[in-house]
Amino acid sequence: MNSARNSILGRLRTASGKEALPAENFAVVAPRGWSAEQRLDRMRRMMEAVHTEFLDSRGEDWLGQLQGWLARENIPGLIYAPATPLGRRLSTGWSGSVPLIAYDRAMAEWKEDFFGQAAAGITGTRGGIAETGSLIVWTDADEPRSLSLVPPVHVAVLEVNRLYDTFWQAMREQKWAAGMPTNLLLISGPSKTADIEQTLAYGVHGPKRLLVVLVDGE
Amino acid sequence: MPAADFRAAAGPALADPQLRANFRRAMDGLMSKRAAVFADRDEWTALRSLGATIRARSLLQLPDLLERLEAKLTENGVKVHWAETIEQGNAIFKQILSGHDARRLVKGKSMVSEEMGLNHALEAEGIEVVEADLGEYIIQLDHEKPSHIIMPAIHKNKQQIARLFSQKIKDAAYTEDVDHLTGLARRVLRQKFAEADAGVSGVNVAVAETGTLVLVENEGNGRMCTTIPKLHIAVMGLEKVVERLEEVPPVLSLLTRSATAQPITTYVNMISGPRRPGEKDGPQELHLVILDNGRSRVFADPQLRNTLRCIRCGACMNHCPVYTRVGGHAYPGVYPGPIGKILTPQILGMETAGDLPHASSLCNACVEVCPVEIPIASLLVRLRSEAIRPRRQADSGPGVVRGAGSQRDAAETWTWRGWALAYRVPLLYRLTSFLLSRFGWALPQRLPLLKEWTTVRSRPQFAPQTLHELARREKVSNE
Repeated sequence: MNSARNSILGRLRTASGKEALPAENFAVVAPRGWSAEQRLDRMRRMMEAVHTEFLDSRGEDWLGQLQGWLARENIPGLIYAPATPLGRRLSTGWSGSVPLIAYDRAMAEWKEDFFGQAAAGITGTRGGIAETGSLIVWTDADEPRSLSLVPPVHVAVLEVNRLYDTFWQAMREQKWAAGMPTNLLLISGPSKTADIEQTLAYGVHGPKRLLVVLVDGE
Repeated sequence: MPAADFRAAAGPALADPQLRANFRRAMDGLMSKRAAVFADRDEWTALRSLGATIRARSLLQLPDLLERLEAKLTENGVKVHWAETIEQGNAIFKQILSGHDARRLVKGKSMVSEEMGLNHALEAEGIEVVEADLGEYIIQLDHEKPSHIIMPAIHKNKQQIARLFSQKIKDAAYTEDVDHLTGLARRVLRQKFAEADAGVSGVNVAVAETGTLVLVENEGNGRMCTTIPKLHIAVMGLEKVVERLEEVPPVLSLLTRSATAQPITTYVNMISGPRRPGEKDGPQELHLVILDNGRSRVFADPQLRNTLRCIRCGACMNHCPVYTRVGGHAYPGVYPGPIGKILTPQILGMETAGDLPHASSLCNACVEVCPVEIPIASLLVRLRSEAIRPRRQADSGPGVVRGAGSQRDAAETWTWRGWALAYRVPLLYRLTSFLLSRFGWALPQRLPLLKEWTTVRSRPQFAPQTLHELARREKVSNE
């Protein structure tokens, strides 16, 4: 369809002028100047408003606390990505009654089980955005895309010193534009819909529950 | 199915109390929620001005940005296709799908694919297409088109949806419980995601700088469609591109807050390529279809070009007194409300959609809420005049609205000429007003030339004396 390409671009070029580009002012999306405490407060408030659950494990043994939470909620297993830094900590420090299941092969090899039996998945985050209450989930060869999508419960570990005021600030300070992963996600709660009479219902296609485990930064 | 004639379709819609109640309730809720998230006027003004600037800059550099987008996507391993028409677009889909022997498709919400009639075209080839957005799934079950670009099933209440599910979904009992209805759809669609050969999605913003396709959604169906099947085909109108990644946050903030009053959607899905070696999931092949379908023609006119700034938030329809009363199905084409009134006539042509620009009181509500400052009311006025442009000026060349002049009518033209003449020639004006004041009563109640007016309104009562006569009698100077 090269001819389609050339005729479309040709028409657009013919109609384009030489007008100067108007300047952009990004002040309205720039950092807000919040303190660390304000950021965390806002993060929690925004996410809890859309049914996100929090496990505040700062200054605590977060692995033990998470094991306790999973056991209390009767979650039969936790799928994790073994090669990420988080995965290595999990596999060395895990001791609870809830088994860890490694996502260590291509999804196609266990798709039916993954869709049929997965109970919960755990991922790391590259921090969060306080203004909107959003987790930054960076997927790659070690961190699969579907781990935060298919299991009915998504557990995300968030280091509290990696919070940003705004989306714009996070992408600039983390230099996203210099190299994007194949799939970069902002996740701001469990899956939801309001397509029936604008009534909110949670857990339509993605996770029904989202647990954020707050941990101290390195 | 799209209504062929807005006037004909608006009548029954206005007379349907259930439909009107469904829309009234929904639009009232959306308006008040939106007002609350933009309560800070300074922030709204600054953000909106940034959004309008970003979109204006995108259009000023459009051909360059599309070429950069194509180059960057290609570098990222994405195959880029161009379609001038919807027929070409559908043919590209068929070709890609048949190359993979893909028979089962899951689809995220995409208005461009509605514009293409993609489902219909693929189903004709025996391919199963399942709409995975809950609202789209509901209307697909009922063989309808979306009545709103963000909330496609907004015209239905839960009783109607409960009936539909109990009839169309296997083993589903009748229930009006929304959680239960949602659970039913989850059960059916999870299976479809796992089995699908290909996923189809739209694009909210495409970033030239990084070759990134940005999709926003709450349900996770979009992520399913772009993550689980081994083949993903995205489709977008050619206006969706922006220059830099840092332009995405303000555009998305305006989009989600204007659309549903959310500070952000549950998922912002930024896709910059298919699965890389070593990755465990994600599509092995990713295609992007860039559709023109009349957009480059819209682009050719510097004023009408502003139509292409649109980020499809739907705020204009949520605030439109006409849309709220007639609902989305009365509009021809797939984009209802004010944006449809300016876009559809330009895409489908004035012959088919020339009455749409008149379906407005020019109240300006849409202009006030548009997050990218599209001057919708001025464009409506412009299109009204394009519809009756003298034929000798109306050819089919670039920069001319498709079907311009097709609504021109000799009786109307001569009436206005007479009107203009009467206002230019004082003697004629006095004579006309004298005759109307003395003999206007004798005019029939239904005037053939004014029937659009008189079928729904009383004929005006003429005063027994003209204003000039009254002024002279009252000795008003400088009459």
